[in-house]
Order: sequence, then structure tokens, then C-alpha cells
Amino acid sequence: MASRFKEALESGKFVVTAEVGPPKGTNIEKLLHHIDLLKDRVDALNVTDNQSAVMRICSLAVCKLIKDRGGEPILQVTCRDKNRLAIQSELLGAHVLGIHNVLCLTGDHIVVGDHIDAMPVFDIDSVHLIQAVRTLEQGKDMAGNELDGPVSFCVGATATPEADPLEPQLLKFKKKVRAGINFVQTQAVYDLDKFRRFMEFARKFDRVKVLAGIVLLASVGMARYMNANVPGIFVPEEMIQELASAPKGKAIEKGIEIAARLIRTIRDEGICDGVHIMAIGREERVLDILDAAGL
Amino acid sequence: MIVAERKPFEEIKESVRAYERILVLGCGTCVSVCLAGGEREVAILASQLRMAFRLGGREVEIGELTITRQCDREYIEPIRQTAALYDVILSMACGAGVQLVAEVLEPKVVLPALNTRFIGVTEAEGVWGERCMACGDCLLAYTGGICPVTMCAKGLLNGPCGGTDHGKCEVDREKDCAWTLIYRRLEAQGRLDMIERIFEPKRFGPRLHPARVMREVYQRA
Repeated sequence: MASRFKEALESGKFVVTAEVGPPKGTNIEKLLHHIDLLKDRVDALNVTDNQSAVMRICSLAVCKLIKDRGGEPILQVTCRDKNRLAIQSELLGAHVLGIHNVLCLTGDHIVVGDHIDAMPVFDIDSVHLIQAVRTLEQGKDMAGNELDGPVSFCVGATATPEADPLEPQLLKFKKKVRAGINFVQTQAVYDLDKFRRFMEFARKFDRVKVLAGIVLLASVGMARYMNANVPGIFVPEEMIQELASAPKGKAIEKGIEIAARLIRTIRDEGICDGVHIMAIGREERVLDILDAAGL
Repeated sequence: MIVAERKPFEEIKESVRAYERILVLGCGTCVSVCLAGGEREVAILASQLRMAFRLGGREVEIGELTITRQCDREYIEPIRQTAALYDVILSMACGAGVQLVAEVLEPKVVLPALNTRFIGVTEAEGVWGERCMACGDCLLAYTGGICPVTMCAKGLLNGPCGGTDHGKCEVDREKDCAWTLIYRRLEAQGRLDMIERIFEPKRFGPRLHPARVMREVYQRA
């Protein structure tokens, strides 16, 4: 089963992906508008899975909406809310709905979200999840039972290039590669020196395409909030100062400028294979970033 | 030890409101060590209850007794006659003790005065920390003596996750990231190879509850 996204990754082009966050409710008007704005400007669109442990429409349903509108979806699956049965079940479902890209994540912990008394599942971890997809592709499930029909996916994982300490993350990265990934979409990249160092390591696994995570900074407040509350995001102080230097009301324009600059540098220096743009709650601005970056 | 905490006083008082004769029953093992349900805590709770009822204009008979532990029948049987003198037993044992007392002294009403929290250790005076979740498949041999099931908030067997920052956990910036600790401990021991393999998914079979352990050689014929 071909995946348009997999073909883009293998073509050698500079790959661009973005994400849409499902709404908390059944009013999908804005969601459909964002999908239509982005689907033809990017190689694929990720759909988050109860991102930040906030309950929202399930990723699978939104991936189907994207598919029906002619876009190329990437199903994000976390280990926080579902056990191994539910996860395998979802993967089978995605396959039959024509969705063939999956991003395998551990998932933010329950406590950072809006249902703090819910049970954190974490029956399996992201490495097991990657292995599960590959097992289902071999026509068996995780318990060794035969399947009536296998799946086929382009499989991805995340990485945190700016983690400190970095070595435990690299250990984890190696496990994900061994489990069998096609691509990586990293957490937000802001410090290109740190990212270059991470890529020196990642390049050893040249079958794995790396897309640098670009998170749009809309304001100083947002940057500080993310530093304090969003796992895996570390905005450097110099960048916060750069945002602060923008004229009043123009911080987001500065944020777009910063994002575009990061993307252009990454592409011009061939630091990695593409970018994954995240503009949480401001999906319209992704187009401005793409324009400013010349993509 | 099993670590527990006393329930809020109002909750305890409310649960025994209808009774005239209350036996506060302490336990001399785990909950004595974590200062939640031993002899001294029994005395304190009994006093508080007497005062509270007196303020409400009631004279309630409150007995105090602490036994070696409430998780073994042999320490519960001898108190049968004493228990018979009371309407209710307010047990200051962990949940296991409360249940065995309720079973042995059936149909006597037995109520819990504690919330059982975890299996843990004394970290410092007045501080107890969780260490074990009784997963039934101990892998401490591979993780440098640090349990990823318990000490990692997500219980990851192939950690860390991407939320860790400067060795701290995304759940609570005061908490250490277990996988960073495991990495550093094994690095210091020259045993990083222990965590290079992919650990298989945890088998939840041993945790099917209620679980049982039987040692035939010790069972009566």
C-alpha cells in the first residue's frame, strides 16, 4: 500500500509537514478550514492524539476527514490513553480507512492535561508501539495470533534534540531505530548548534529521515508558558528577548520571522531532511511561515 | 513497609457518627513505622474523637488497643472478646489489615481510619517515598536498583520520554527523571549495556487481582 508521504520522504526533496489539533467538541468548522488551507501546501498533515492530555476528537476520525478532502494524514498515537488491544485495534482501523502514516509517541502525562484524575494507561511505551506496527505488518498481533490481513504503514517517532542531558535520549533514539522507523519529527528546535550536534549522531542512521520541529512563538508570554508547562520545549532566553524586541502587537510577526529563518538555515545547510511546523491554535499562520521561508 | 496516612479527621468522625462504643485498633508493624496507625496514633485519634463528641454533647465510649499486626489471623483471634464489647472497630491498619479484621470478626462493622498509599521506604524523618508497585516481575537487576515501573511517572521500560528536562520529570519539576537516574547509576557502575536492549512490554499477568501466593510446603495437609 503506497503512502504519498513515504514517497515524498524517499524522493530526496525537502519535506514539509504541519499539524492540526482536533477541537474539543464536535464543531469541526474551523478544523475543516485549517485542513483545506494546509493540505495542498504540505507533504502531510499530522493529527494530534489528545495533545497535552486534553480530551479532544480522536486522531483517527480527523485523519479520515483529511483523507476524504484529498490530504495526506499522519495518525499520531500515544500510549497514555489506550492499552495494547485498543492501540492495535486502532492501527487496523486506520489501515482499512486508507491511512498509512503513523507517528508513535509515549504521550504527555495525564497530569498536564484537563482530566487529572484519569488513569494513565502506558501499557506499552513508544518503542513497543513501533514494534507493534511492524509486527502487524508481518500478519501477526502482539500476542502472536495470526491476522486475517496485515497492515502497511510509514512509521515515525519523535526525538528531543535539545534535551539536557542528551545521552539518555540518544539511547532511546537508537531503540526506536532498531524497532523500525522510517522518519522522525523532532520536538521544537531553536538552537541550531545543538541541533547540528544531534544530527551528527542521527546521520549514522541514514535510512531514517529527520524533520526538524518548528514551533511558532506567538508572544513572550507563550514562550515562557511553554518553557514552564509544555514537556520537551525549551525556548532560549535570547529568542524570548528577540520576541520582546518586536513592536507592540507584532510579536507573532517576529515569531514567523524566527521560524522562517530557522527553516531557511536548515534547508540551505542541508542540516536535515525537512521540517515539521507546529502553530498550535494558529494554523492559518503556517502559510505565512511557508511563504516567508520560501517553501 | 506499607505506607499509609490517616484520613482527614472530619471523614473519620462522620463514619463513626452513629456509634456509641468505638474501638480504635492500631497496628504495630508498617503503620507504626510510618507513624500513621501505631499505639501513639491510636491514643491521639481516640482523644480527638472523645473531644469532638463531647463538644457535640455526646459521651461516647472509645477503647484503645494495638496488636502486633492486623494482617495475620493469630493476632486478631485473641481480641474477639474485647471486640464484642464495641459497636464498631475503627482500624488504623492498612487496607489489608482492615479487611482481615473484618473477615475474622464478621459480622462486626470494621471501618478504615487510614488511606493506604504505597510500598515504600523512609527517606528522612517524617518523609516516606514510594519504591515498589508489586508488579510481580522485578527487573531491578537491569536498572541499577532503580525501579522504572514505580519511579518513572509513566512506568516506561524503555525510557526516558521526551518530557524530561535537566534530569527532572515533566509531571513535577521537583521529581527526578527515573531514567536519567538509571542511566547515571549504570554509567557509574560501568554497566550501561544493561539498558541497551529493548525491554519487552510488561506482562500484567502477575498483577491480575486479587492475586495469591501459595507455598505448598508450608500448607497444612
